[in-house]
Amino acid sequence: MEKEIKEITHVTIRFAGDSGDGMQLTGNIFGDTTALVGNDLSTLPDYPSEIRAPAGTLYGVSGFQLHFGSQEIYTPGDQPDVLVAMNPAALKVNLKDLYPGAIIIVNEDAFDQKNLQLAHFESNPLEDGSLSQFQVIKVPITTLTLNALEGMGLSMKEMTRCKNFFVLGLTYWMFDRPLEPTINWIKEKFGKNPKIAEANEKALKAGYYFGDTAEIFTMRFSVKPAKLEPGIYRNIMGNEAIALGFVAASKKAGIPLFQGSYPITPASEILHELSALRNYDVITFQAEDEIAGICTAIGASFAGGLGVTTTSGPGFSLKSEAMGLAVMAELPLVIVDVQRAGPSTGMPTKTEQGDLLQALFGRNGEAPIPIIAAKSPADCFNAAYEASRIAIKYMTPVIVMSEGYIAQGAEPWRIPNPEDLPEIEVNFAKPEDFQETKFQPYLRNELNVRPWAIPGTPGLEHRIGGLEKRHITGEVTSDPANHEFMVKLREQKIQKIADEIPPQEVYGDPEGDLLVLGWGGTFGAIRDAVNRVRAKGYKVSQAHLFYINPMPKNLGEILHNFNKILIPELNLGQLAFVIRAKYLVPVYQLNKIQGLPFRSSEVENKIYELLGVK
Amino acid sequence: MTTIAPEVKYTPKDFQSDQDVRWCPGCGDYSILAQVQRTLPLLNIRKEDYVFVSGIGCSSRFPYYVDLYGFHGIHGRAPAIATGIKLVNPKLSVWVATGDGDLLSIGGNHFIHACRKNIDLKILLFNNRIYGLTKGQYSPTSELNKVTKSSPYGSVDYPFNPVALAIGTEATFVARSMDRDPKHLQEMILRAGQHKGLAFLEIYQNCNIFNDGAFFHLTEKEYKADNVVYLKHGEPLIFGKENDKGIRMDGMTPVVVSLKDGKWSKDDLLIHNEFNEDPAYASMLAHMNEKPGLPTPVGVFRQIYKPTYDEMLHEQIRKVKEKKGEGDLRKLFFDATTWEIK
Repeated sequence: MEKEIKEITHVTIRFAGDSGDGMQLTGNIFGDTTALVGNDLSTLPDYPSEIRAPAGTLYGVSGFQLHFGSQEIYTPGDQPDVLVAMNPAALKVNLKDLYPGAIIIVNEDAFDQKNLQLAHFESNPLEDGSLSQFQVIKVPITTLTLNALEGMGLSMKEMTRCKNFFVLGLTYWMFDRPLEPTINWIKEKFGKNPKIAEANEKALKAGYYFGDTAEIFTMRFSVKPAKLEPGIYRNIMGNEAIALGFVAASKKAGIPLFQGSYPITPASEILHELSALRNYDVITFQAEDEIAGICTAIGASFAGGLGVTTTSGPGFSLKSEAMGLAVMAELPLVIVDVQRAGPSTGMPTKTEQGDLLQALFGRNGEAPIPIIAAKSPADCFNAAYEASRIAIKYMTPVIVMSEGYIAQGAEPWRIPNPEDLPEIEVNFAKPEDFQETKFQPYLRNELNVRPWAIPGTPGLEHRIGGLEKRHITGEVTSDPANHEFMVKLREQKIQKIADEIPPQEVYGDPEGDLLVLGWGGTFGAIRDAVNRVRAKGYKVSQAHLFYINPMPKNLGEILHNFNKILIPELNLGQLAFVIRAKYLVPVYQLNKIQGLPFRSSEVENKIYELLGVK
Repeated sequence: MTTIAPEVKYTPKDFQSDQDVRWCPGCGDYSILAQVQRTLPLLNIRKEDYVFVSGIGCSSRFPYYVDLYGFHGIHGRAPAIATGIKLVNPKLSVWVATGDGDLLSIGGNHFIHACRKNIDLKILLFNNRIYGLTKGQYSPTSELNKVTKSSPYGSVDYPFNPVALAIGTEATFVARSMDRDPKHLQEMILRAGQHKGLAFLEIYQNCNIFNDGAFFHLTEKEYKADNVVYLKHGEPLIFGKENDKGIRMDGMTPVVVSLKDGKWSKDDLLIHNEFNEDPAYASMLAHMNEKPGLPTPVGVFRQIYKPTYDEMLHEQIRKVKEKKGEGDLRKLFFDATTWEIK
């Protein structure tokens, strides 16, 4: 039977199963192949913090959502058009996110009495008509996988494990993706175990051909390549991009990179990435705790390296005192906070933007630190690079705000030419500059920046530390006037960075009825929403902050050009608090604290509400 | 040390900074400072290659008083700061000046892990068994039942034995000395400075304001000989005013024997072997004085050699570079499946 291929501009697909079903892998590989055929995409893994929760349970469901299209894609999609559910629990958990008419592909084999009970289904939803508003495609995925691998001499467990590749093959057929990149990947990944490689390849192909031949599939979709900016692209996750940004900065600066970190979800991948790059003069130190992570990084910077430390909320709290030390010692340092739902341990694998005020103010004394926030997985590269540049140029700690959502999400990244990256100049103090006079560790240049004199340099021996320093000489003192002077000087040094950062851009018209102001990972949902309302002719614009401290100089002016300002945030209104205090403007808030990113529709609806559109 | 011998010979004066020393008059820290300044010129290390790192407390003012690169950090974190310095530039000779509260209370975690990893740091513990800078609370090395401002009815805290703790972490160099024994202290500082790997030196230090005389039974002439045994490699453990007492092993237990009554001779005594790899040996020495009548050992308890963290790290970097070539940004950026959009 000839099957119709329907062209669509974008589609959202969600893979869901037990946390041991390999759904994250399936989603990631699907994403790589999709990027390769030239679609724009955005991905969102959503997995439980239990590594292997008991099979079949609701809390053990792991999901991976991808949104891809022939147009620019800003979010992983609001609601899935296609749900792949590997068991009843996966169906149950995800059902609420589906709109009527959505396609559900289920592994029929998993809908036995035991699994139905574990998922708290009173009757089998595949039989009781409760799914009648959806297009349900029942596939005996386990049986078909086992059939395909029969006679290979593999154990039941080994064969069952291949079922995610069957699913991958089936969805490749459905969305017209090529098999070759995945076959190559399998060969590389399982090269040492050719039998497993063969089994996975067989399962992949079996899934694909099943789609082609089975009567139950009547519809195929094709998604044309997207029109992205010309260049060479790769798919990248936020945490990966942070790692690359740091390596690029250290290479550009010509100093070794030192990462002192303690493993923590969802930031650990930065440590994993950097640990593999020893040949790039990268020193990674898996510290005994979060405090040692930042303190080793501070020591590394004192010795002439680019010290960085990477963490998430609870670890970020632990580092507060040492951040103050870096402010006082005026050494370069980058702290990455990959935010997760808090407070305390909170929901480690779920996203949130709850640490902004802590980043701004969470230290004893007046301890100003520049803050940069990444808006998307690929933007994490820019954030890490720019933070390093500022840290070195201004001899200051800099905080990079990321979020679980973008750290673990992926999107295409237009690979920059290393030569085109902004220069990062390192000027270590030299002995010959101080032959006539004694070296003074707190002497300032025109930007109020003190010299970086590293141990091993003859004649520049000096002491720094957490005690208040006398201006210029750096001697320890509690002179009242000097303290006030130094507090103001440190603040001015940071505020002066605003002189060189680019002015805030506004997407849409420079003035209008409503400005949607945001920061961090809410970018995509806001952009989508703004595009939709603008398409209907409303005067709505978007401004998204990359620099949060100091803020771009023109921001105040921008805010006054709009009748209303809306700030959507995944917290109770932290940026809104700052904007009100700093610019004395009324702002409207849209807040979501569910461990989940915004849906574009949520932002869109709020915009209509504020515009008075029914 | 990999550090090249300096062209100039230093004197103690070269290591004195222009800062006024602000410890209380009579404090044991003055002696430690003087012995460090006397010893550093003997180590064949360039002045600019020394770094002194400290935390918080009286002892942690130390870096201001030596004319070297110094980092006065935050409470308890000196070993971590020092680790970062050493790993980025392994040529440096990195020292930590710290106290019993700083190193063993708030900084306990960093201490044990620096020891465990054998990071090439020299840790000088100024142990006065009291909190001085916060004005006289008991510390993790204060004796049980100690009456202080924060323990008016006596503390119910068992103390740490710092040397035993360091041996427990399998630190590669563990020694003890006393502020009032300058010659011995100089020797121990020199030995620590020469050691390749983490060197831990506990220094009994008198706080004449809040814990005066805490170590007088060990440091003062009239008691010292009977209460202290000097550990010397390859020599029997002998002490006493007339060198008339020795330590003999009775099974696993050290006991004091008299060398005067004709029953025991030097040949029956425990011969000190500081290179004994088995931490149980050094640990036995460390716990010896907890038994009534046994003397407190000072000297080198243990010195063994194994590759340091910094050595292994930089060796790994070298090997990975050899195998994969010097890192190239373009290669790194393109190390994934790529596609072109025209």
